Amino acid sequence: MVVDELTEVEIDRVFHALADATRRDLLRRAADGNLSVSRLADGYDMSFAAVQKHVAVLERVGLVTKARYGREQLVRTDPVAVARARRALDALEATWRERAGRMADLLDTPNTQGDPR
Amino acid sequence: MTVTTIDKDTEALTLTLTADFAAPVDAVWELWADPRKLERWWGPPSYPATFVEHDLTPGALVTYFMTSPEGDKHYGWWRIGTVDAPRGLTMEDGFGDADGKPLTDKTGQLRMRLFEHEGGTRMELFDQFPSLEQMEEMLKMGMEEGLRQAVGQMDALL
Repeated sequence: MVVDELTEVEIDRVFHALADATRRDLLRRAADGNLSVSRLADGYDMSFAAVQKHVAVLERVGLVTKARYGREQLVRTDPVAVARARRALDALEATWRERAGRMADLLDTPNTQGDPR
Repeated sequence: MTVTTIDKDTEALTLTLTADFAAPVDAVWELWADPRKLERWWGPPSYPATFVEHDLTPGALVTYFMTSPEGDKHYGWWRIGTVDAPRGLTMEDGFGDADGKPLTDKTGQLRMRLFEHEGGTRMELFDQFPSLEQMEEMLKMGMEEGLRQAVGQMDALL
């Protein structure tokens, strides 16, 4: 599994950034394409400044990047950082599925004592 | 299907799983309580676990190592919390240093319960990691090639 090494502090910041429904929603919407901050702000019942603050939190931890395009600032989700937490949990799930499978195999073996397979 | 439900929380770094076995509670408990049985399922065949100290009593330290295909040993430990034989076990868990001495600065939580369920046994498991880094370190151990591919395929679906 190839992952970028992040420090403990960076990881904490990433999880803090993700621990907000609006910011998670922003990530989803920005992943669909490059949207300007004002276009993103249209989707919420909150001020442009408030949305801009949420985008800034995501930008600080590297979950989104901003690029100037003409007069607009476009926001783009960085899928690598978002995928990382999910990938680790998926791998943990696979580990436990394998373990449960081996447990079931051992339970199916009539005599599991001293018969290494 | 052994594993019946899975719940993952990417913010809390927890995994909750239920698995059903066609065997009595006592038999499933023995898979945790007997270190020779435990080491036949804890690590994959390519990365087997060897339990050095194993005592399921509250406060006891269980130590083990996992051996990589290259022969490197990676140490881990459990600090047993509560024991309700044959139906429940809680523990803190973590890694050890190169000599097997427990590193206790970052510990996770593991809780396991067994119930009679439809003539067999249901195992409920709760696994929490202190950090993403720690979870990734654990996952480096015992990721078999097939498993890596499976995880890769999951990624592709996301």
